[in-house]
Amino acid sequence: MEPFKFIRANDPRGAISSMAGSGAKIIAGGTNLVDLMKLNIEKPTQLIDINGLKMQTIETLPNGTVRIGALVKNSDLAYHPSIMKNFPVLSEALLSGASAQLRNMATVGGNLLQRTRCPYFYDTAAPCNKRVPGSGCSAIDGYNRNNAVLGTSKYCIATHPSDMCVAMAALGAVIHVQGPAGSREIPFGDFHLMPAQTPQYETTLKHGELITSVDIPPMPYATRSHYLKVRDRASYEFALASAAVILNINGGRIKDARVALGGVGTKPWRATLAEKVLTGAVNSEQTYRTAAEAALSEAKPYKHNAFKIELAKRTLVHALKTVGGMS
Amino acid sequence: MNEIVGKPIDRVDGRLKVTGKATYSAEYFPKNMVYGVLVLSTIAKGRIKNIDSRQAERVPGFVGIMSYKNSMSLHFPQGADPGAGKFAEKDLLPMQNNRIYYDGQAVAVVMAETFEQAEHAASLVKIDYEIEKPTVGLEGNLSSKYKPAAGMGGAQIQAMRGDADAALHSSEVKFEQTYTTPVYHHNAMEPHATIAEWTGDNLMVYDATQSVTGVRSLLSAMLGAPSDKINVVALFIGGGFGSKGFTWPNTILTAMAAKQINRPVKLVLSRQQMFTTAGRRSQTIQKISFGATSAGKLTSTKHETISESSFVDEYVETAGLATNMLYSCPNVEVSHSLVRLNRVTPCPTRAPGEAPGTFALEVAMDELAYQLKMDPVQLRLVNYADTDEGKSKQFSSKNLKECYRRGAEAIGWAQRNPQVGSMREGDYLVGYGMATATYPANRSPSSAKAILYADGHAEIMCATQDIGTGTYTIMTQAAADIFGLPVEKVQVKLGNSAYPKGANSGGSQVTASVGPAIRAAAVGVLEKLKKMAISDNASPLHGHKEENIFASDGRIHLKDNADKGETYTQLLNRQGLQKVEALAKTNVSNRQQTESNPAAKGTAEASAEEESKTNPAVQEDEHVDRKPYSFHSFGAQFVRVLVDPLLNRVKVDRAVSVMDIGKVMNLKLATNQIMGGMIFGIGMALLEETAYDPNNGRVVTRDLAQYLVPVNADMPQLEVQFIDIPDPIISPIGARGIGEIGITGITAAINNAIYHATGKRVRDLPVTLDKLI
Ligand SMILES: Cc1cc2nc3c(=O)[nH]c(=O)nc-3n(C[C@H](O)[C@H](O)[C@H](O)COP(=O)(O)OP(=O)(O)OC[C@H]3O[C@@H](n4cnc5c(N)ncnc54)[C@H](O)[C@@H]3O)c2cc1C
Ligand code: SF4
Repeated sequence: MEPFKFIRANDPRGAISSMAGSGAKIIAGGTNLVDLMKLNIEKPTQLIDINGLKMQTIETLPNGTVRIGALVKNSDLAYHPSIMKNFPVLSEALLSGASAQLRNMATVGGNLLQRTRCPYFYDTAAPCNKRVPGSGCSAIDGYNRNNAVLGTSKYCIATHPSDMCVAMAALGAVIHVQGPAGSREIPFGDFHLMPAQTPQYETTLKHGELITSVDIPPMPYATRSHYLKVRDRASYEFALASAAVILNINGGRIKDARVALGGVGTKPWRATLAEKVLTGAVNSEQTYRTAAEAALSEAKPYKHNAFKIELAKRTLVHALKTVGGMS
Repeated sequence: MNEIVGKPIDRVDGRLKVTGKATYSAEYFPKNMVYGVLVLSTIAKGRIKNIDSRQAERVPGFVGIMSYKNSMSLHFPQGADPGAGKFAEKDLLPMQNNRIYYDGQAVAVVMAETFEQAEHAASLVKIDYEIEKPTVGLEGNLSSKYKPAAGMGGAQIQAMRGDADAALHSSEVKFEQTYTTPVYHHNAMEPHATIAEWTGDNLMVYDATQSVTGVRSLLSAMLGAPSDKINVVALFIGGGFGSKGFTWPNTILTAMAAKQINRPVKLVLSRQQMFTTAGRRSQTIQKISFGATSAGKLTSTKHETISESSFVDEYVETAGLATNMLYSCPNVEVSHSLVRLNRVTPCPTRAPGEAPGTFALEVAMDELAYQLKMDPVQLRLVNYADTDEGKSKQFSSKNLKECYRRGAEAIGWAQRNPQVGSMREGDYLVGYGMATATYPANRSPSSAKAILYADGHAEIMCATQDIGTGTYTIMTQAAADIFGLPVEKVQVKLGNSAYPKGANSGGSQVTASVGPAIRAAAVGVLEKLKKMAISDNASPLHGHKEENIFASDGRIHLKDNADKGETYTQLLNRQGLQKVEALAKTNVSNRQQTESNPAAKGTAEASAEEESKTNPAVQEDEHVDRKPYSFHSFGAQFVRVLVDPLLNRVKVDRAVSVMDIGKVMNLKLATNQIMGGMIFGIGMALLEETAYDPNNGRVVTRDLAQYLVPVNADMPQLEVQFIDIPDPIISPIGARGIGEIGITGITAAINNAIYHATGKRVRDLPVTLDKLI
């Protein structure tokens, strides 16, 4: 680990101004950042501890929007009564991630910005365009069982590993950030980037911007929602494939559908093609299968991960069946 | 007699462990110590062109860097018996030249005042390589396979009886399949760790090792330092599973570095480094062929194993050895071939040979049973081996039929529908599978010292180690019974090379090897006490016959009249003695390597040998004629799995082990050992695999997020039963080893259950869900 300086910020403004210099980085729960620092992947020279900022609350705004502070712990969010009741998909996604100890430390802001688990990204001796732009991608011709099949480029095929983000993508969350130039809102789908030619850029957050909160807009039918995560072992592993599903069913027809996939995409993957199939269709297994085919229609397999395409389809069908069968 | 042996008492060191007071090898802080961090090669083959440490040297706290350029010269160690210390890679003494043979080879040690500084400085060392094309991947290099002359310590690894080819050719029923197992890593909780401190010519070493005396003899041989000036200590070890059986470069390098800078050095491998630099289980490709009658009687068995080793040592994963004895069959051929790859040398991993070997053999038996439309248990009974046909010897003790019977009953074997894919529970497919477990019962020479103090407490000393298995506890129980003392009054001291030499903690041999020595040493003390009392006018036992005197409740007394006697304290106080001590050495071995390698015969202290000549326990033990016997433990594993038919997730729902391992010394610890083995087996069957980069041969899965060991949520209900019939031949204690057998059989049983549930046979481990889609 490189030596670094450490300061505590007392208010957002202080945090933002401290971020101005190059090499400065925010630390929230530290569960991702510190690991990456130990392995010399992240080398900040200045850490800004934001845990003293007042961003730990979950509140419901008069219009029904739920506003989640960036420092809310993953476990607090998962067990919040209104999240459990109104957005089970989000609660389930959070609880399927990491371990109880990690969830107690991990924050919402940090989860949005967690980095990939591609094994080559973690090995500083391996070429990796995401870590060292232009050095090459070891995974494309290497061992790529866990890599992505959607949104890949010839520069990078790493998955976005978050579970929470998959649920938030389906829920159409909005991210609030504050920077030197003031505040702005970023719709969830515009937050994460696909690798294209520059896999080192992962989000549209600008240097010096602080995530302050995440809004979940009201969605009464989200009480019928589910997150299904499939992995090799029964817990404590990132997804091979996962699906977040929200369905509004009325009279045997699907009025609204929100679908997102995890474990298979280079970003939290809102499956708009599947949503198109589902919206207005009869609520049936046939519909689910067609939607799953659509969701993966643009998937591109690599040597060891072709199975993920079929697995993701089955995962999605399974999740759709579960939600479709809910009363 | 209070008979503490057999009781499920708590670990005597349990409190120390849960309160953090048990000191592991990295947990000492000698004055003036520096931290060493290894720099590893990042190529699999080539040469170091240049080492640039200028940036590292500028790190505050930097103390030094050691590489092949400035390290001391080493001597090649002699002998290959792990009991006497085995350096892991015989042709690659660490940091002696610039050649690189594998990814993760130790190329430099960076030393600094703090761990953080050392880590930082190590990350700044720049090494230029001249890269050569490595030999990568077993499958692609099969044409270079060869048959090694022998296995570890000279073990016989090619075996033949009858004519397996001819018998196969003419058999009514034929079967042939190929099975593969990947590279596995041990993943002991405690990483390899060493602290070395020189004081003049004296060398003190704390090392996470399965053999303190082995490390001492290796350090002595390799560094050219007198063995009696080296002390190696490993009081507590956080698991080894074989990875700490051989000595790896980190231990030697720590001693070299400490010498170079003349300060104590601590060097601990990181978890990532454990995946490249401290051994592994070899990958295997195994072909099994059976010829059988239509009634299921085996007429021919062939087991061909191809495994891989490094370019710097020859380690053979002896997957076929159990096939030579497990079933009755007149024509058997077992062969092992090796392919050399640019990878770190493999080494023993919990049940080396038997773990992958019983996977292939026992899945093949299951396949044969289905082919014959026969119950898999019945097939095993039809081919039950009453004797070891491979060695033409009788078994010292074997109760395997009872294991099958009890296991089948516990899992509800008879209630299952044998039809493949026929059973369901809710949305899940249900499958049942079984397999035979087996592991050799090893025993090696061991010595021990026993001391009885006038205050009525006893101490035992032996240079074996407790690698987390419970050796401290079991030895305390054994000694307590001989002395007639409660466990609180017996203190067992292990893990120090200064004590009389005990067996190394490998091959499941410690209980069977060290137990008799400790028992004999305690008996030796009692003999002395009895003699003292008999010749002491003031003793109530004066003039009585030795054979009429017994020990219990901290006293010696007449066998028929317990009131007539005295406490140890009374006797010793009157004699004006603070303590009475005895040494004993039991020179018994049934290990192949020792038989074939006379140099390996123990070299315990001459005085222990001398004293043992008159020790009745040693004499009786050594005079048992063991030549006609073959020593093995056996067991039956039964599992029930649930398979999600849509997503192909496999859940082991129940797992039952019934084990025939001789006398159960402590039910709690024994159950714990078998459970641990079963958990290992679940990992091996369903999750674990070390992946290598197909292009450059480097390890890809370098941490516990990428290399998946099972977690609690993967655990079934684990049930363990023991036959608990003492083996009178192996030793007076009657216990055979137990540490490894739990992982044999289970992997096949899970695989067989998945087949029963789904009709899909996956012959390549691990059975991950992608292979079932
Ligand atoms: C062993 C392990 C297993 C895991 N398993 C899973 C899993 O199964 N599923 C899953 O989804 N996740 C998993 N995780 C990841 C975990 O969810 C993330 O590590 C965690 O959410 C990160 O949150 P943090 O607060 O600790 O972030 P930190 O580590 O503190 O920060 C992460 C990044 O976010 C930045 N950051 C943090 N807060 C802000 C802010 N408010 N504004 C701007 N930038 C900010 C930091 O600068 C840093 O770059 C696992 C992690 C580990 C270690
Ligand atoms: S997939 Fe992306 S993260 Fe992985 S090696 Fe390639 S560039 Fe790096």
